[in-house]
Amino acid sequence: MDLNVKNEEKGTLVSVTGRMDAVSSPEFEKELGRLIGEGNVNFVIDLNGLDYISSSGLRSVLVTAKKLKGVKGQILLASLQAVVKEVFAISGFSTIIPIYESIEEAMTAL
Amino acid sequence: MKSLKLAAIIENLDRFISFVHTCSEECGFEGKRAMEIELAAEEALVNIFNYAYPDGEGQVEMQCALNDGKKFVIEIHDRGIPFDTLSRPDPDTTADIGDREIGGLGIYFIKKVADEVRYSRNDDTNILTIIFMA
Repeated sequence: MDLNVKNEEKGTLVSVTGRMDAVSSPEFEKELGRLIGEGNVNFVIDLNGLDYISSSGLRSVLVTAKKLKGVKGQILLASLQAVVKEVFAISGFSTIIPIYESIEEAMTAL
Repeated sequence: MKSLKLAAIIENLDRFISFVHTCSEECGFEGKRAMEIELAAEEALVNIFNYAYPDGEGQVEMQCALNDGKKFVIEIHDRGIPFDTLSRPDPDTTADIGDREIGGLGIYFIKKVADEVRYSRNDDTNILTIIFMA
């Protein structure tokens, strides 16, 4: 898994590529925790390059979303591949974490 | 049938997933279905890594086979504490963000993506069988 962080006008864009599994997802949680600690509270997560996610990956997204809720921040997901979208749908996370078709749409919604 | 037996530790996850990936590919699975197979395998394994051997180290064996040319069968054996993963209640997937449990989703994913899941305890061995129809 690789993370690429870019500061945009309305918030922080984090692009995730590769796989979010039990080995790699703690790294996502840690990096997002670090960014939140630095005072960033509005995030768009670009998942266009994410090929795979397991419950561990979802857990790290949920932990991040809970942290952001506490500081009145937002986490929006964008550009999910079909298989990743399915995992979000099965878990019911699609109803608690906003998902957008494109980065542009998510950025507009921030 | 192919099999891989390694220590039940998270550091071995990648090797197990490569193994199941190769097996499913050889059996003709690709794309989304192949990912679902990896997902079920990861969730089952991580559960064993985390809970099967609370007092030390143990091993886990994964077997893959294509039966009758249409059933892709994954069997996972461990000699840890008896643990019927399937007996756990499904998580509430409609709860609000504040009430969402961190965890409990893995087993639910296995049940959702696989066509059949069975658990049995044979002497001192937990056997989880996960079946995907080709």
